[in-house]
Amino acid sequence: MSGGLRAALAAGRFALTAELGPPRGADAEEVTRKAGLLAGRVDAVNVTDNQGARVRMSSLGGAVLAGRAGMSAVMQLTCRDRNRMAMQSDLLAAGALDVPHVLLLTGDHPRFGDHPESRPVFDVDGVQAIRIARTLRDDGVLMSGEPLSARPGWLIGAVENPFAPPTRFRARRLAKKVAAGAEFVQTQYVFDIGQLRRWAAELVELGVPERCAVLPGVGPIRSLRMLEFLRTGVPGIWVPPEVEKRLRGVPPGRVAEEGVRLCVETLQQLTEIPGVSGAHVMAFGFERGVPEILDRAGFAPVPCETDRPVAATGR
Amino acid sequence: MGTERFSWPRPFRPRIPAAGGYRSNRVLRRNAAWARLGALLERTPRGYRLFTATERVTKEQLFGCRMCGQCALPTTGYTCPMTCPKELRNGPCGGVSPAGACEVHPELRCVWVQAHERAEAAGHDDDLDLLHHPADHREWGRSAWVNHWRAYERPPEDPGPLLHRRLGVTPL
Repeated sequence: MSGGLRAALAAGRFALTAELGPPRGADAEEVTRKAGLLAGRVDAVNVTDNQGARVRMSSLGGAVLAGRAGMSAVMQLTCRDRNRMAMQSDLLAAGALDVPHVLLLTGDHPRFGDHPESRPVFDVDGVQAIRIARTLRDDGVLMSGEPLSARPGWLIGAVENPFAPPTRFRARRLAKKVAAGAEFVQTQYVFDIGQLRRWAAELVELGVPERCAVLPGVGPIRSLRMLEFLRTGVPGIWVPPEVEKRLRGVPPGRVAEEGVRLCVETLQQLTEIPGVSGAHVMAFGFERGVPEILDRAGFAPVPCETDRPVAATGR
Repeated sequence: MGTERFSWPRPFRPRIPAAGGYRSNRVLRRNAAWARLGALLERTPRGYRLFTATERVTKEQLFGCRMCGQCALPTTGYTCPMTCPKELRNGPCGGVSPAGACEVHPELRCVWVQAHERAEAAGHDDDLDLLHHPADHREWGRSAWVNHWRAYERPPEDPGPLLHRRLGVTPL
C-alpha cells in the first residue's frame, strides 16, 4: 500500500494525488482497475462524491474499495446530498472503516446534473462541514455536544478555486477553511499559472501553507471538444485565451499531445512555487495516461510504505 | 418572476447601497430599549405577527430577504447570502463563472461577488472572514430583529486575524 498523503506530507515530499471517479453501477472491479493504474504513482486517490451532480457509487464505498486495492483514499463528501446528521454519520463510518483522508466540499448544484428534479440539501456549507469534521475528531463530540465512543482519525481536506471571482477573496476563503480545520487543500484545474502564483503568494502572507498543504489541480485537455466542455460545461473553470490559442494553434491530430505537454509543464512549474506542497491530477476517463504524465514531468514512483495505522484517538 | 420554475433561491441584487445598511444598523443594533420591545412583542402574538410582517416586507424589498430568522446582512456588505441557491453563509462556492455569474442561475450575479464588492467599498471586508455557524432551521419565519435584540442568535466567530503567523491563534 502506498504511504498515503499523510506520510508524503510528513516526509516533506512533493505530494501527488489523483482523481478516481467511481462507476455508475455496483461494480467493484472498476474501482480496483482504476486504482491499479495509479498504484505506486500517487500518494492517494480522491474518490469523488456524485461528481457534477451525477449519480455514481458512493464515495465511502469507493474509498473502502480503493483501500482494499492498496490505494490510500481521499473520500470526498459534499453538502449537496446530506444534512448535518448524515454528514456526521458518514464521517464516523469513514473513520471506522479506516479511510485515511476525508475532503469536505459544498458540491455542484443538482440543476445541471442527471437528477435536476431532486431537492438540493446544502444544510451546511463547505467551511461548516470542515469545522464539523474537526469537532468530531479533535473534540470527540457531535455538533450536539454528545460524546463519541471512539474518535475518527482521518486527515481533513478542503477545496478552493483560486480562479473564480471574487479572486481577491479566494486566499482568505481558504484561510477560513484552515481556521475551521482543513489540513490539505486541492484546487480546481490550473490553466492560469500567473493567477495561481498570486494566490499562493497571498497564502504565504496569511501563513496558510504552514498549517495546510496546498495541492493545485492539473489535468490534460485532450481535444478541442474537451476544451469547449471545460470552458462552458463545468462551473468555475478558467481557461485563459493564451491556452485556448495554443491548443487551437496545433493541427487537429496534435491537440491531445499538446494538452498533455501543457499539463506536464504546469506540473513542473508547480514544484517551483513557494507555498505549494504537491499536485492533484484530474484526468477523468484517462487514468491510464497519468503515469506517463508523471514520468514526463520527472516524478519517480512514490515510495511504498505501510499506511500509518489510523489512531483511534485522533492525530 | 412569472416564469420562475425553481423553488431554490435566486441571487438578489440589493436595492440600497451597503452604506444605507450600515447606517440602519447603528439604529437597530441591540440595546436595552430594543430588548424591552422584543420582550413585549414576544408576549403579544398579534404584535409579533404585525412586527414580523413589517420586517418581512421591508427586508424582502431591499435585500430579497427570505426570513431565515438569523440575519447575516450586517456581516455580508448588506447582501443576503440566503439568496444564494446553495444558501452559503461563509463565502462563494467554486462554481462562480469568470464573469462573476452564479453557477445555478448563469443570468444572475453571484451574491458573494456582490457582497465582496459592497463590503470592500464600505471598508468592511474583514467582516467576510467571520466564521458563520450552520443555520438553525427552526427560526424560519421568525423575526431576526427580535432574535437579535433578545440575544437568541449565535453570533459568527472571529477566526483570529488572518495575518501572517496569527492565523487561527484565537481558539475557536
